[in-house]
Amino acid sequence: MAETAQMKVSDEVAIRIDNMNKWYGAFHVLRDIDLTVHRGERIVICGPSGSGKSTLIRCINALEEHQKGSIEVDGTLLSSDLKNIDKIRSEVGMCFQHFNLFPHLTILENCTLAPIWVRKTPKKEAEETAMHFLEKVKIPDQANKYPGQLSGGQQQRVAIARSLCMRPRIMLFDEPTSALDPEMIKEVLDTMIELAEEGMTMLCVTHEMGFARQVANRVIFMDEGQIVEQNEPEAFFNNPQSPRTQLFLSQILGH
Amino acid sequence: MTTFSDPPKASFRPSMLLSDTRYRSITFQVIALALLVTAIWYLGSNLAANLRAAGLNISFQFLGNPAGYDINQTLIPYTSQSSNLQAAWVGIINTLLVSFLACVTATIFGVIAGVLRLSNNWLVRKLMAGYVEIFRNIPVLIWILIIYTIMTAAMPAPSAFRGDDPASTMMLGSFAFTNRGVYIPGPVWGPGSMIVMATFVASVIGVFAYRRYATKLLYDTGRLLPMLWPSVAILLLPTIIMFFIMGMPIGLDYPALKGFNFRGGIQIGAPLIALWFALSIYTGAFIAENVRAGIQAVSRGQSEAAAALGLRPGRVMNLVVLPQALRVIIPPLISNYLNITKNSSLAILVGYADITATLGGITLNQTGRAIECVVLLMLFYLVISLGISMVMNVYNNATKLKER
Ligand SMILES: Nc1ncnc2c1ncn2[C@@H]1O[C@H](COP(=O)(O)OP(=O)(O)OP(=O)(O)O)[C@@H](O)[C@H]1O
Ligand SMILES: [Mg+2]
Repeated sequence: MAETAQMKVSDEVAIRIDNMNKWYGAFHVLRDIDLTVHRGERIVICGPSGSGKSTLIRCINALEEHQKGSIEVDGTLLSSDLKNIDKIRSEVGMCFQHFNLFPHLTILENCTLAPIWVRKTPKKEAEETAMHFLEKVKIPDQANKYPGQLSGGQQQRVAIARSLCMRPRIMLFDEPTSALDPEMIKEVLDTMIELAEEGMTMLCVTHEMGFARQVANRVIFMDEGQIVEQNEPEAFFNNPQSPRTQLFLSQILGH
Repeated sequence: MTTFSDPPKASFRPSMLLSDTRYRSITFQVIALALLVTAIWYLGSNLAANLRAAGLNISFQFLGNPAGYDINQTLIPYTSQSSNLQAAWVGIINTLLVSFLACVTATIFGVIAGVLRLSNNWLVRKLMAGYVEIFRNIPVLIWILIIYTIMTAAMPAPSAFRGDDPASTMMLGSFAFTNRGVYIPGPVWGPGSMIVMATFVASVIGVFAYRRYATKLLYDTGRLLPMLWPSVAILLLPTIIMFFIMGMPIGLDYPALKGFNFRGGIQIGAPLIALWFALSIYTGAFIAENVRAGIQAVSRGQSEAAAALGLRPGRVMNLVVLPQALRVIIPPLISNYLNITKNSSLAILVGYADITATLGGITLNQTGRAIECVVLLMLFYLVISLGISMVMNVYNNATKLKER
């Protein structure tokens, strides 16, 4: 545990979010978000349902538009400029709660679609890369099956491999294990831990507190669209400062 | 709960014909088949006995006799002296013509309305919802009558285009909308026009070949060729060049007023237009709903995942959303095409000479050969419908989701 938490974090800034605000109509979802993520950092975001965790990480790769403030990814300012959005999306991978694999394509085709059409990688090379990452997530033998033929845990690992095929420098996870049966959660978390150990910059919305303790070097607690508290895992879990964090932790760790 | 796994086969007892699911289905199928054969045999012998008693015989000789009636819209040579068979052919071709036209336009209407129903614009969305609800909830028969009545009552007669100060004028000098139909310029095929047309067909094939090649090149080498402009160029340039090389063999014949009516160009009679248009907007409303359902069936997560991988919106549509949506859209589209073909038999209402109006109408009445005519009619619609189903099912099977 201890040594993984020591994994090096560079001074280089990967993501800089500055005074960012977002509204859905009149509803103020995100308020004055300030967040700086360094390269190699692994951040876990938690908070009650509806607190804006998904919205926050979806703003980072422009799946949602923010209305005020700025988001900068690897020095590229996120604006309505399509070139910048393309650039950011090609550097940021994302995994979703419901995997969102393409059901009409085989596992291998899922993994090669974007490299071929976005990165313009020749198919043969893209397939080699895909097999490399499928081996990494331990399902190379499923390459020619369709997503519907795989278990949930396998699908989520394919989704991770699919993102990795684009060689992202940052990975976003939105509750990657919350749609899975308990036996499958571990296989996905193991994959994510391995990724963290290789130094991938990660932002992960999850309520897997064991994962947070083992991997994260910062845990962020959000409530009502605000970052209420952030700290290193040990301090965060053992000594939460705000009453809202204490309440939340007592609820999810209590039983 | 049926949880037994492969009980030993040796211990077969007759009671298992009913109690064991493996044999029960066979038992029931054998019984059903026996009942069906008995029923058909009974009805067939009954029919034969009754026909004999009435002194009738089944014969198709009447098909060779002169039909003795005129048909106003024909695509093949026909006079009142032509045979009943020829009249039937006229009808078949007219049925195919209006069905084909209506399938094409209904698909266009349906796709546009279905996509616009998902628009972010409130007004557009409501307008399209209004179109769908109004047109699919009123019988197509009434739409045919309404459109036909509007055309014949509200459009000017050809004579209104006459004189120094005519009440009506032709649109752009070449289109005339009259109560007898619409007159449009028609092509005149000079020598060498076949070569021009062949060039065009080759170009269309060339466009597909080019796009295939471009995709293959991308997959093989990672080089993406531009798609839009080369496609347009391949489609048009060779044909235009060939057109001039051959000395402009294809001309246009404009309709012109001669006497009491227009001559020249192509005449599309009011009955055909009414039938075509009514079938298109009516069935288009159904297709719109299929298209909407198909697009909505692809979850938002799919396009989000594709976008998160860096795919541009056009590619997200082509590579991820459409292939999945089409699987939901195609099967009901088949039944809509079948409906158009069968509903085209309402042609008789406005005097459009389709197969039901010729063979199943005038020929039947004049020859009294009701059984023969109706059997032939049924056969025709069956063959056409099965043909459409087959083609579309082949397509559907080629693209359907392979799962489990
Ligand atoms: N498209 C939308 N339109 C309007 N409101 C939305 C939309 N998407 C989310 N919201 C609202 O924004 C708030 C934050 O949503 P978000 O999905 O970010 O929450 P979350 O923290 O991820 O919750 P959960 O743990 O349930 O996933 C919620 O109150 C939600 O109802
Ligand atoms: Mg969420």
